[in-house]
Amino acid sequence: MALKIDTDVGRFRQIVRGKVRDELRRFMSRGEMLGRKGKNIVSIPLPRIQTPRFVHSPGGQQHVGQGEGEEGSILGPAGQQGDGQGKAGNLPGEHILEVELSIEELAELLGEELQLPRIQPRGKKNVESYSGRYTGIAHAGPESLRHFKRTFRRALQRQIAAGIYDPNNPIIIPIREDKRYRTFETSPQPQANAVIIYVMDVSGSMGDEQKEIVRIASFWIDTWLSSQYRGLETVFVIHDAQAREVDRDTFFRTRESGGTVISSSYHLVQKIIQDRFPPEDWNLYLFQFSDGDNWSQGDTESCVKLLSDTLLDELNLFAYGQVESPYGSGQYLHDLEKPFGEDERVVLTVIEGKEGIPDAIRSFLSTGR
Amino acid sequence: MTLPRALAELQMEVEAVATRYGLDTFPVIFEMVDYAQMNQLAAYTGFPVRYPHWRWGMEFEQLDKSYEYGLHKIYEMVINNDPTYAYLLEGNSFLDHKLVMAHVYGHADFFKHNVFFSNTNRQMIDAMANHATRVRRYRDQHGIDKIERFLDDCLAIEDLIDPNAAFEQQYGLGRIEEEDTDPIVVKRLKAKDYMDSFINPPDYIERRRAELERQRQQQRGFPARPQRDILGFLLKHAPLENWEQDVLDIIRKESYYFLPQRKTKIMNEGWASYWHTTILTRDLLDDSEIIDFADHHSGTTAVQPGRLNPYKLGLELFRDIEFRWNTGRFGAEWRDCDDMAQRANWMRDTGLGREKIFEVRRVHSDLSFIDEFLTPEFCHQHKLFTFARDPRREAWVLASRQFEEIKRTLLFQLTNAGTPIIEVVDGNYRNRAELLLVHHHEGVELRLDWAQEALAAICRIWRRPVYLETIVGRKPRRLGYDGSQHSEEEIKAVASAKEQ
Repeated sequence: MALKIDTDVGRFRQIVRGKVRDELRRFMSRGEMLGRKGKNIVSIPLPRIQTPRFVHSPGGQQHVGQGEGEEGSILGPAGQQGDGQGKAGNLPGEHILEVELSIEELAELLGEELQLPRIQPRGKKNVESYSGRYTGIAHAGPESLRHFKRTFRRALQRQIAAGIYDPNNPIIIPIREDKRYRTFETSPQPQANAVIIYVMDVSGSMGDEQKEIVRIASFWIDTWLSSQYRGLETVFVIHDAQAREVDRDTFFRTRESGGTVISSSYHLVQKIIQDRFPPEDWNLYLFQFSDGDNWSQGDTESCVKLLSDTLLDELNLFAYGQVESPYGSGQYLHDLEKPFGEDERVVLTVIEGKEGIPDAIRSFLSTGR
Repeated sequence: MTLPRALAELQMEVEAVATRYGLDTFPVIFEMVDYAQMNQLAAYTGFPVRYPHWRWGMEFEQLDKSYEYGLHKIYEMVINNDPTYAYLLEGNSFLDHKLVMAHVYGHADFFKHNVFFSNTNRQMIDAMANHATRVRRYRDQHGIDKIERFLDDCLAIEDLIDPNAAFEQQYGLGRIEEEDTDPIVVKRLKAKDYMDSFINPPDYIERRRAELERQRQQQRGFPARPQRDILGFLLKHAPLENWEQDVLDIIRKESYYFLPQRKTKIMNEGWASYWHTTILTRDLLDDSEIIDFADHHSGTTAVQPGRLNPYKLGLELFRDIEFRWNTGRFGAEWRDCDDMAQRANWMRDTGLGREKIFEVRRVHSDLSFIDEFLTPEFCHQHKLFTFARDPRREAWVLASRQFEEIKRTLLFQLTNAGTPIIEVVDGNYRNRAELLLVHHHEGVELRLDWAQEALAAICRIWRRPVYLETIVGRKPRRLGYDGSQHSEEEIKAVASAKEQ
């Protein structure tokens, strides 16, 4: 149903994306676009814009709290700007709202938010397996799955209602009607094997901001594909004039300064595929990020040839994301557009800054391949 | 949507009990809404319609997302209006509705009887809708960007109203300046009638009169007395276009409307919580509901470690007051008794508790409520403490359990609803139509970068340079903004109110 407030929401989103009222974005609170917390939890801060007004500076103030403790004992770490910790009741805390989610939920949200289709796996060794999750409550079930708290609460309610509960002698005895059991739902888990190969240009023209974008984009891609395949493998390749395979950490940290020969990376990718991931058994994804600067037109031509002759036939999807950079020419995208613009195995996108990431991910993954 | 029959009957039941306890409200109308509508209402601060602005959208997204992720759910919302509107969330359990209704009757009674609300506009739903229509019209005439920029500037200073004006009749502008009405008489030289027009030429007399007028104006200062109602001052004296004036007036009216709610948050929530527990546990719960009730109630009054929950503080204070006035723990005899054992077992059968809390809800605001009724015993019993940031250890550290400290901190936070006190002292500063503001430093400095932005916002409304005297880094400073640049000058001392 359409709500009156939709206009205001639309306006807010435009401001957040920097389409209008650019001057307001200075006041936007945003931390990491997402932070990884613990093993399986991520937090997503929601953007807020606060119009500045006359306020007391947060540092010097005392607050009132309630609870145990001695004078001088530590209550908690001081966050940046007194992150809402214990602000006296009626003052709204000044903080970024963070939502903590498990990776699984996150992938689900991502799928919904970006309206991603579920992927049709290919490969000959697809084995469907089932996994269960405890999601519901039922009146009957095995004793080993009894939900103690719920059972206890039902029993307590019943005894009070029946007037046989004695607060001085609080003995609760559940009877059969009180008992509650956990139930589980099974969901099919595609057993297909998949490998994502990330290729990033780390030549001198790729700055920290560009790498940050690649990092965030590949995190989301990772998240989505892991939710679709069990046993997802990732391979990281970086290249300047030469290509080499690296681990995840190096992938995001390295900054080289050489020139750019893209074909070097394709050769390496091909070798990796041949040696370790035969296309008959694996779903292969190649994500390449670059600022679109190649060393020579001749190298670009050999790249196109490599792609059309061998690589594309082996891949489920070849996605090329061009990150905008002040130094890059962006020519490579145009060079790919001509031969592959219509090819459905190929997705070409320009990522315009951090805010462009969701759009890029949507176009990468909306093919459902 | 009209209420289903079961709920309509429930409302009658709740209302009957509330009335029996002495609660008295305007007619209360409950509306059933789904969660999207509820979030919209909450984003609009409870009203069905507000003027177009992005920040409602921001609030809505926030509420909508956090509802979706299961972080929160809005249980009740109620508007100070006659009739009093309140909302029920579709899909809540019957018990939830019962609890919300009882809670709402507490708020509604508070709105009607607390003295700080006595001058609020009770037709605010209509007023808000009118405001929305007007702003929308300006938007269509002048374009969204222009209107929104001006709104943003107004919102940067929406807190700058006179918090003591609650009792003014509709806080009209009359109070801002009392005109000096004695006519100015120019002294005339003595002259025969037929010479008078030569000795006292009329154009000289007129010039002289104007000069005296100006002198008086200067002496009196402009404004005559420092002015807390900066929105009102700008409204009256800033060179605004008609639509700007109207928008500023809208912001100011709404700000005054919400002022009493900012001033009585602890009491208002405490009062409503007191009544929902009383009505439900004494009258309306059936046995099977008691556990779920306890579960939900403890949710609303839960204390997170190191935090203060206004619901809980207000509720416990009301209970404490009731207990004290029931057992005679008030007055000179109680105050002067310092025998601890005797105090602990003090029991006089005064039975004035109920009566007292009704009186308290009528005449107090949070500030005087805490000032008058927070006792050392209460702080001890509820384990209150103060805490502050320790920069060396980079942590929040429990600072004190002294009653005086706790009370002082709470009162500071409640003074001016926790916002800095800022006044206009000169609207013709340096005789150049510049604006001088003064911050009354109460031990805490302003957040500097924001103060500069807010100054810039005022400058855009005033259209001449604007200055603010305050303390920066423990030294008196005059911050300024002239439309393009920020300045910061050293000064000897922050100007205090000009004495006349």
